[in-house]
Amino acid sequence: MSDTSAATAATSAEPAGASGGDSGSNRSLWGDVRYELVRKPVFWVSLVLVLVVLAMSFAPWLFASTSPNESGACQLTNARVKPTWDKPFGYTRDGCDMWSSLVWGTGKSVNVAIMVTIGTVILGVVTGTAAGWFGGFTDTIISRITDVFFGLPFLLGAIVFLAIFPDRNIWTISLVLIILGWTSLTRVMRGSVLSTKQRDYVDAARALGASDLFIIRKHILANSIAPVIVLATIGLGSYIGAEATLTFLGVGYQRPTVSWGLLVNEGQTLVFAGFSHLLIYPCAFIVVTVLAFILLGDVLRDALDPRSR
Amino acid sequence: MGRYVARRLIQFLPVILGTLFLLHLLSTVTIQVVGDPVRALFGENAPPAAVIEQMQVQYGLDDPCLQQTGNPCVGLFVDRLGQYLQGDFGTNYRGRPVTDLFLERVGITLRMQGIALLFEIGVGIFIGVLAGLRKDKFIDNFVRMATSLLIAVPVFVAGSLAVLFLGLKIGLPIRNSDWAPDWLGQMLQVGYNSEYPWLSLVLPGIVLGSFSLAAIARLTRTSLIENMRADYVRTARAKGLTTRRVVAIHTLRNSLIPVVTYIGIDIGLLLGGSLVTEGIFNVPGIGLLTFQAIQSNDTPVILGVVTVLTIVFLVSSLLVDILYAALDPRIRYE
Repeated sequence: MSDTSAATAATSAEPAGASGGDSGSNRSLWGDVRYELVRKPVFWVSLVLVLVVLAMSFAPWLFASTSPNESGACQLTNARVKPTWDKPFGYTRDGCDMWSSLVWGTGKSVNVAIMVTIGTVILGVVTGTAAGWFGGFTDTIISRITDVFFGLPFLLGAIVFLAIFPDRNIWTISLVLIILGWTSLTRVMRGSVLSTKQRDYVDAARALGASDLFIIRKHILANSIAPVIVLATIGLGSYIGAEATLTFLGVGYQRPTVSWGLLVNEGQTLVFAGFSHLLIYPCAFIVVTVLAFILLGDVLRDALDPRSR
Repeated sequence: MGRYVARRLIQFLPVILGTLFLLHLLSTVTIQVVGDPVRALFGENAPPAAVIEQMQVQYGLDDPCLQQTGNPCVGLFVDRLGQYLQGDFGTNYRGRPVTDLFLERVGITLRMQGIALLFEIGVGIFIGVLAGLRKDKFIDNFVRMATSLLIAVPVFVAGSLAVLFLGLKIGLPIRNSDWAPDWLGQMLQVGYNSEYPWLSLVLPGIVLGSFSLAAIARLTRTSLIENMRADYVRTARAKGLTTRRVVAIHTLRNSLIPVVTYIGIDIGLLLGGSLVTEGIFNVPGIGLLTFQAIQSNDTPVILGVVTVLTIVFLVSSLLVDILYAALDPRIRYE
């Protein structure tokens, strides 16, 4: 997206490299990545958005003082009041302030996405490393299991599981998304470990008598984690979207929880009655949040993958 | 080719059995943990125990292993596989077989999926080629930005916004006006209209295909850029072929191979997404059936439909894989 700036960065890099300093061949992989990233406006924009979203989910009171779930926070007389200069976001179907509902709903989606990302990364890295490093029988078993999980379309599998659950909360939603989501990380990690395994420094470490676990810990993990980080960043965004989709369908969060998916669901039924703000604001929040994570993942991928330069 | 197909079929069997078993495992373990769905259906106003028992027998939920938490219920799975082979995917809570419900609605869903596929493949490849041929120019940057945005919009958000802006704000005045042609108004419909079985599915189809459109455009762009650097392209140019021929015949054919693979994965996405789009646009297809089953807690329908759709997905990705090998000899002789 920032090709003009990337091009100027590339041309200006050459004289800087000649003059030495923190550039040229002296940089480590992560130094290189940092060098690439700080010159991209997309990186800064998406990073700021991501930080704001994270702040909203962990400290919503900084952005909106009263939670819509507090008693007296919602007045039915205000129900569906349209945006005014005073209140540019208007009120929700139940007469709660739209802005504070959106802010307090951020955490619901983001917490699920963070838990799912942590869960899938742990599962994916462990199984992917095992499959890639040990190969043979371990690899066959793990690869066949991932094939089976890939055979189940994501949304359909989640619905079967969640529809039977009578009460759904952050734990059940995260669990389902972890169960259905870990396999893509396993595949990426396996491929990455397979290519790292053939490097000379791994042979050298082995020749010096290092154990399997030592090599995995010191060499393999550090050198093959990069694609996982990219995928996990994008995953954070797409799990926010997945949670909202499930909630919208009626198998995610339930009232009285405030969440984006529920707000879109309400807005969708009332939009024909002319209350378009009920739909547009929650949609905008979802799109901007997901977009921020995806863009951040994209610039990370560009910075980490030297071939794309 | 024959050997490849045979090998692919042998690999296919454990995957389909495994996936169906996974689905079975997900549902049985959930039933074991939270209690059976018949009781959940009635909530606090439970009918006499005899009625519940009769319903449990009717829906195949009377198996004692459903009460033993952690038991994978292999016996029940084998029974169910036998039923699936006979085309029996259970009955809904009103006693109608899921297979019947499925068959009477499948046509409309197929139409919508067809429109979505046509749209995403046609438009996706076109803008992918445009962007790939003019790398780092305005059109390329625009396509990359637009596809990032499309990927970030979940289907239900895209659908809700399309209903509001295209169907209501733009479509309604067009439908009410005298000057606009009828087909234009029907294409921008807010819901399914059985008098226009194709036109009123255009908007839901486009919404359904929008995510994959972005993915296909990006894939086409990347692989086109990679292939344009290949030696055979230089040879073709050196022979004096026109750019049009070099791109269309030599490069594009090779660049479309990853796109074909993606379409195999995409069918699963479309099946899941049709649930959302059909719910939003009120399209009376399989997605709406599932959508309504979720609202009314009709677990047998959800289980049955998801099982059928999973089988459909696996079979169609098998077909795409075979097509892939027909297109690319390198795959066959691996």
